Amino acid sequence: MDYSWIQIAVAAVFLTVVVTLVLSRGYGWFSVTFWRNAAVVSSLVMLFVLLWLTFDTTEKVRPGEGQVPPWTVINYQVGLEWNAAKRRQVPAVGEKTGFFGKVYGSEEAYALINKGKMTLQSRNCMECHQILGNGAYFAPDLTRAWLDPWWEERVMSMVGAASHEEAMKTWLQHPDKYPQGRRRMPNLHFTDEEAVALVAFLKWMSAIDTNGFPPRFGVVK
Amino acid sequence: MSVFALRQPKELYESQKLAIWYFVVAVALFGAQIIFGLLLAYQYIDPNFLYQKLSFMTNRTLHLNAMIVWLLVGMMGGVYWFLPIETGREVVGIKLAKFIWWVIVAGVTAVILVYLLVQVGPGNAFTLWFINEGREYVEAPRWADFAIVAWVAIFLFNVIATTLAARRITGILGVLIFDLVALGALYTAGMHYTVNVTMDQYLWWWVVHLWVEATWEVLVGVVMGWSLMYLLGTPRKLIETWLFLEVALVFGTGILGLGHHYFWIGTPEYWIGLGGFFSALEPLPLVAMVVHAVYDAGAHRLNTVNRPAFFWAVTQAFGNFIGAGVWGFMQTLPQINMYSHGTQLAAAHGHFAFFGAYVGTVLTLVYIAVQNLGKRIQIPLNSRLWTWAYGLLVFGIIGIVASFTISGFAQTMIERAELGSTWNAFIQSYTHPWYANTHWWRFWMGMLFLLGYVLLVWDLLTIGRKRAAVEGAHD
Repeated sequence: MDYSWIQIAVAAVFLTVVVTLVLSRGYGWFSVTFWRNAAVVSSLVMLFVLLWLTFDTTEKVRPGEGQVPPWTVINYQVGLEWNAAKRRQVPAVGEKTGFFGKVYGSEEAYALINKGKMTLQSRNCMECHQILGNGAYFAPDLTRAWLDPWWEERVMSMVGAASHEEAMKTWLQHPDKYPQGRRRMPNLHFTDEEAVALVAFLKWMSAIDTNGFPPRFGVVK
Repeated sequence: MSVFALRQPKELYESQKLAIWYFVVAVALFGAQIIFGLLLAYQYIDPNFLYQKLSFMTNRTLHLNAMIVWLLVGMMGGVYWFLPIETGREVVGIKLAKFIWWVIVAGVTAVILVYLLVQVGPGNAFTLWFINEGREYVEAPRWADFAIVAWVAIFLFNVIATTLAARRITGILGVLIFDLVALGALYTAGMHYTVNVTMDQYLWWWVVHLWVEATWEVLVGVVMGWSLMYLLGTPRKLIETWLFLEVALVFGTGILGLGHHYFWIGTPEYWIGLGGFFSALEPLPLVAMVVHAVYDAGAHRLNTVNRPAFFWAVTQAFGNFIGAGVWGFMQTLPQINMYSHGTQLAAAHGHFAFFGAYVGTVLTLVYIAVQNLGKRIQIPLNSRLWTWAYGLLVFGIIGIVASFTISGFAQTMIERAELGSTWNAFIQSYTHPWYANTHWWRFWMGMLFLLGYVLLVWDLLTIGRKRAAVEGAHD
């Protein structure tokens, strides 16, 4: 799309005002007719702009097309790097490392992340955590959970895991045994398959370009 | 007595009797919402309280869902109350309306029991269809979504068929029908499963934002329009002009204001500018409502047929503006939202906005209905008790919002600005005294709010009867 947000905003407001004024010729500012026209015109113009932008956004958020990574990103090292032009962090995809010692094909990766998303919803994660900043505020935001330094600094040795993904899986299956902070996560009885899938989903999500949210992740002065 | 109120016949319409059931269930669920809210507040103080038995997530699901259902039920009850008066006839399809109502009551009971007793399920489609959909605000399992759509469809049919049968469409009815079509259609945008979490949240906000920041606000405009005609005898022409102005501003700013939910979910960058611009204008219709309320109240020198309903109506105008408008504007610009998003500040805004915009509306409607229940109508409806209930509820919510706001500022600074938003940063923020000290404060303000609720129920049960004989009001 070749229009900036300012052009879209000005065009939408301008169109609403002009069409309302044209339709309301001969009626005063305080008449019912003027405001009835304004109500109908503003609703329709804004709805039209929303639908048009929705088509554009739908194209741009397909995995692998723009800011949303392909499903197979779970096979690679994922991180964040500072983009000096945008003055914010952007996800960076590194070398191929595999996931739980395996390289997933596109279909397999999709199936795994699908299972992870189902698991995320079935255990009501969003009612304590935030997903992309949305949810409840009792537990940490999961947007960048895969990238959290806490896994390697603390959890890996605590649960006796050999790898980053192994540490996440083991901890997720027994959060009641390894409390972190005052608030404890309940044991949600993830099966092995569900726990691996959930970790895959979290890894994929951490590679979404969220326009810089959460700000300066992991950067502590 | 206002002109509008005189058109209320001595015998209630069947539709109004149904409205009373709507109000009874709404007020009962309001109580449930408060109880689960208090459990949440206590779990902030002691995270081990009911740990693994009735976890935070389950209580919060019930706290939110009870709220959404009671507010929607309350506003729909208001429509069933005023629709026969507006059209001068019984609602068409009232039997169907009663039937679906009891289906919905049974459905809500089943959903609540499953939330409480089953809580979560395995990671497959069965769970999403029958236990919990796991998406905030629209947690209801998919089968319940279909029941809700059927319910709204029958409601829409009732309104349209009654309007047609009356052979007279007013501006208010036109807006109501327009709004209900949008409200029903938008709910279906949330009834699907998507793996791509960005697309999932994109459409999820069509339900959540375009309900509470667009179609619900217009529904408020409709029922508050009728309420003002009842309470103050405001002329229809004035009400309808303002209502159209409200619709123009609410939909004109709110539809693209949706963009403020698309800043950080992986959607293109143009949403940052668009969402910031239009959502910054969203308080405009709320300012207009305050202007209207103050003008109307002043023009009638606070003379009203129903004092508690009138006070809740004025509180609604101010609460909507401050809670939704000011507390929303505080964090809607992307430059601030990048840091405050997903913190306790969002909860502060949520509590204030829902109380101001919707609790005030439903309580106005409930008090109007209560006035007409007895054999003799008391004018003006008044008691000492309602002032206590009103005062405690308003004071309680301000205290709750203040505590969320303080902990939100602390969390924004410590977790986001200073420590880099990690797991450890999160723990550092919620254990910091500036955050942790608000827990007790929030809990006791919640207890005051509960006391206000108890007095409210007591007053609703007694206000119509107690002083009727003393006042000797006419029919």
